[in-house]
Order: sequence, then C-alpha cells, then structure tokens
Amino acid sequence: MPNNRIRGLSSVRLHALQTYAFLARNWHLTRRYWGWEVVWFFYSLTSGLSVVFIAQGAEALTGEAVGFDVQYLTMYLIIGTLVWRYLSAIFILTSEVIAWERWEGTIEYTLMAPVRRWVHLVGQTAYSLTYGLISTLLIGVAMALFFKLDLSDANLIGAGAVILAGSLSLVGIGILASILPLLYPERGAQMTNVVEASFLLISGVYYPISVLPDWMETIAQFSPVTYVLNGTRAAILDGAPLADMQQYVVSLLALGIVTLPLGLRAFIAAENYAKRTGKLKRVG
Amino acid sequence: MLAKRPLDPQQALVVDAITKYFHLPKPPLWKRLLGAKETLPAPGMLPQVKNGAKEPIAAVDHVSFSVARGEIFGVLGPNGSGKSTLIRLISTLLKADKGSAKVFGIDIAEDEMAVKQLISRVSVDAAFFKKLSPMENLLYGARLYGVTGPQATVKAYEIMGRLGLKRSTYAEPMEEMSRGMQQKVAIARAFLTSPILLLLDEPTTGLDPRSKRDVRAFIEELRDSHDATILITTHDMEEADLICDRVAVIHNGKLVATGTPEELKRSISNSDELPTLEDVFIHLTGEQLIDVDGANASLAG
Repeated sequence: MPNNRIRGLSSVRLHALQTYAFLARNWHLTRRYWGWEVVWFFYSLTSGLSVVFIAQGAEALTGEAVGFDVQYLTMYLIIGTLVWRYLSAIFILTSEVIAWERWEGTIEYTLMAPVRRWVHLVGQTAYSLTYGLISTLLIGVAMALFFKLDLSDANLIGAGAVILAGSLSLVGIGILASILPLLYPERGAQMTNVVEASFLLISGVYYPISVLPDWMETIAQFSPVTYVLNGTRAAILDGAPLADMQQYVVSLLALGIVTLPLGLRAFIAAENYAKRTGKLKRVG
Repeated sequence: MLAKRPLDPQQALVVDAITKYFHLPKPPLWKRLLGAKETLPAPGMLPQVKNGAKEPIAAVDHVSFSVARGEIFGVLGPNGSGKSTLIRLISTLLKADKGSAKVFGIDIAEDEMAVKQLISRVSVDAAFFKKLSPMENLLYGARLYGVTGPQATVKAYEIMGRLGLKRSTYAEPMEEMSRGMQQKVAIARAFLTSPILLLLDEPTTGLDPRSKRDVRAFIEELRDSHDATILITTHDMEEADLICDRVAVIHNGKLVATGTPEELKRSISNSDELPTLEDVFIHLTGEQLIDVDGANASLAG
C-alpha cells in the first residue's frame, strides 16, 4: 500500500504542514490579487482619515471654539479606526474560510482532504491575524503622517494585551459567521457582511456606546469589540496601568473561551448538514 | 489522525445498497403564502411536487457493487443518472441515507478521516484557485495530504511533464490555461498524493484526443506501477472499453448491469458479431427514452 506517507508523519508534523498549506495558499492568493490589496489599503486609509478629520473640523463646523480637547477626540477616532480595521480584518478573513472556496469552486476538494477541521481553521485564523496586524500597522503608519500622535503616556503593552485577547473572540465569532455560506450557498457571504456591520454600529467604534438607545447599549455589552475598544482607549488615552487592563483581558478571554469551541462545533455541525443535503456542490 | 485500522488487502471498494435522496427546493415563501402552483417538470422526469412539500428524489438508489484491488472499474450512465453523486458519496462529500461503502474494509461513515487518506478525486470541473499557478495549487493540495514542499515539487515536475504540460505554464495563473490543460493539472494533483483508490469523474471530458491518450496511459501506469485501484465515470464508451476491467451501467440512480465490457456486449448480442459498448449503453439506458413535446427525444435522469 503506497499511501503510508501520512502514517509516516507524526501528528504534530502533519498538522503543522497542513496549517502551513493554508497559510501559503492564502499568501499566494493575496500576492496574486495585489491590485485589490492596493485598492483596499487606500479605501481603508481614506475612510479612516475621513472619520478622523471630523475631529479636526469641529471648530470650523461650529464657527466658534469648541469646549473639548480636539487632540483627544482625534486620538479617540484614530484608535477606533485602527482597532476596527484590525478586528474586522480578522472577522472577515476568518468568516470567508468557506466563501473563498465557494467562489473559486474548490470547496469540495478542500473538504475531502484528510485535514482535521480545527487544523483547517487554525491555518485560516493564523493568516487572518497576520494579515490584520500587518495591514493595520501600514494604515497606522500612513495616518501618523497626517496627525500628530502623542503616545508619551500611552500604555502600549496594555493595549496590545487587550487587542490580543480580543482577537480570540473575533476569531470564534468569525468561525460562527463562516458557516453561513455553508448553510446558504447563494446568500451566506452577504449575511456575514450584515453581522460585521452590526458590530460596527453597536460596539462604539467612533462614539461611546452610552449614546446608543438603551436596547442597543445592552446588546453592546456582549460585543467583544466594545471591550477591546474600551480597554485600548483606556490604555492609550488615559495611560491606564496594566493592572487596570485585567478586567478587559479577563472579559475578552471569557468570551473567547465560549466562542472558539462554539464556533468549531457549529462549523462541524454545519459541514455535516451540508453533506447530508448536498449543499457543498453548489457554488454561490 | 493516523490511520491505524487494518486494511482489507483485496477489496478496494465495497458498495452495499447505497442510497441518496435529495429534496427539491421549496418554492419561495411569497409563492407559498399566495398558494401559487409550482411549475412542474415534464411528467416522468421528476416526482411531482405539492405546494411547499418536499418530495425526495433517489439520486442513487440501492446501488451495490465491489471493486477488487488493482482494478479499473468504469461507471457509465446518461447525464443525471447518479454517477457523480455516487462518486461524491464515496469521496465523503455526501452522507448516504441508506446503505454503506467500505474502502479497503473501512466504513466511510465510521471513519471518514481514515478513508480520506486513501482516496483522491478528479471531478469533471477542474476545481482550482484560478489566480494561482499550477505549481502553487499542486503544492497546496500536496501539503494537505502530508507531502512536503520539496517532495511535491520534484514529483509535480515529473507528473506534469508526463502529461505533456509545458514548463512555461507552471508558474502562470491557472485562469490563463485552456480547460483541457486545467484538467491535466487536476489529474496531476490527484496522482501527486499517490492515492490507493482514485475516483475519476469524467476526467477526460474536454480533452483533445492526444491528451485523452496521455491520461489513459497514465491511469493504466498508475494502476500497474503504483498499485492503485481506479473508479472512473465517463461518457466515452471507447475509453471505457479500452481501459476498464469491468463496468457498471447506472440509470435513474439504479444499477442496471455490471460485468466486463465483453460480458456486457455478449449479453445483448444475438449474433457472432459483437456490438460496441455504446450499443450496450443505448440498449440498457435507451428503453426509457422520453418524447419531449412530441418532437425531440432525450434520456431520462
């Protein structure tokens, strides 16, 4: 029997190789679609700048001296823009684990390969995190050319810890959203955009959640993006010490502990449903 | 992850009364609310659908056969007869509603992962990341099956060369290749993982005669030199006659005949002159020719 190659590899080595397969594939796809990457970079940068310039224009808008710290509002919006850019990139790329395959028509090939589903999702997630981090850093550097950023009192390590903890929750929610294209071949991908837009609305990306209607504010308490933004702003704007970050990190890790296994189980259940009903075949 | 189950050394595939039902989609909600009647397909083509109800269609209906190790086994049938569904069931891409399939003694439903390690599939539509090059696609696929990059690169060059793919195309996006060339890369991808059961779903559709010959030669070599068993579906009767040790004819989801090409030909012949496999195919599946609009005839399924 010639097919003893997989048996010849240790589980760890095999899983590492398979994880790398997804990372390398996604890197090649990004490289081949470089034109879109350039477009998205400029789109994200100009969208972010457009929002942040609202703070700069407050005085011109009202025609009189404003009663708040323009520099504070500028930083508030920059943090919102960059954190949202990073988290939404993780969410979108993770949730597109099936949408990409449907688009390319490769879903059957990938899902019949001898790969544990968690390995598949780790590969996709690792790429999401790397892509989100690098693209956000590039946009952050570009934004720094437009505004004077004072980070002298910022607790950057604390902010990093909050963002890292928040990433796990977003991965779990992204995996949950990724089952939509499995269940609904034609409309699933669009549904994930609705989920993403809802997070943008309720999580206080550009404003405190206290300005939202009560019912939306209540929902915002369950959004990990809310905690990431609050924690990051506390660390950077107020220079809150590491000890104060604990509340955010613990809340986010708790959300991650719930959403990650829930996402994996839901994904496997959705895959089995698609195999029972023949929905893998259809290309949306 | 590691397959530790003992493999049946002789029976590559045993399919026992495997059955798969599909449900017709419901009419849109607004139509159901308005109580509008669905447009029904031609009588006899599909089961009738009552408003909102989902009547199951048996795409594969109690199909049983076995394939010995090292055999090239053909599955023939008209469009929509259930050939691809059968391949998908064996490929773990569909779950059977009834019956079972065992690959080298391993039940697909019981240990899907162990079966996945033993099989590979080439579908009629070459499924690739179209912006990626053949080599990038092949390396991706090989790694999923536990073949390292360096091993896969050496083997990919060898197989693509054998299949007549020009080196200048290895690094170009797949979307710039013809459909026939893409299909050759799909075949190379399946061979790259050295499956012991290879499922080929109309692998030579869209290929020119020379390419078909290359692929056939490669399939036979894979069986002879690499101890592979091959299940192939095809519409090309000449191809089936040339390379298949045995064939099964499937029609409307049911198996209607199994045997060597010679046996099937003799089964319908009343004279010394043997008919072609195409004659056998028409004989076995053409009885249910349906007169559509009283003009053109087409095969059911």
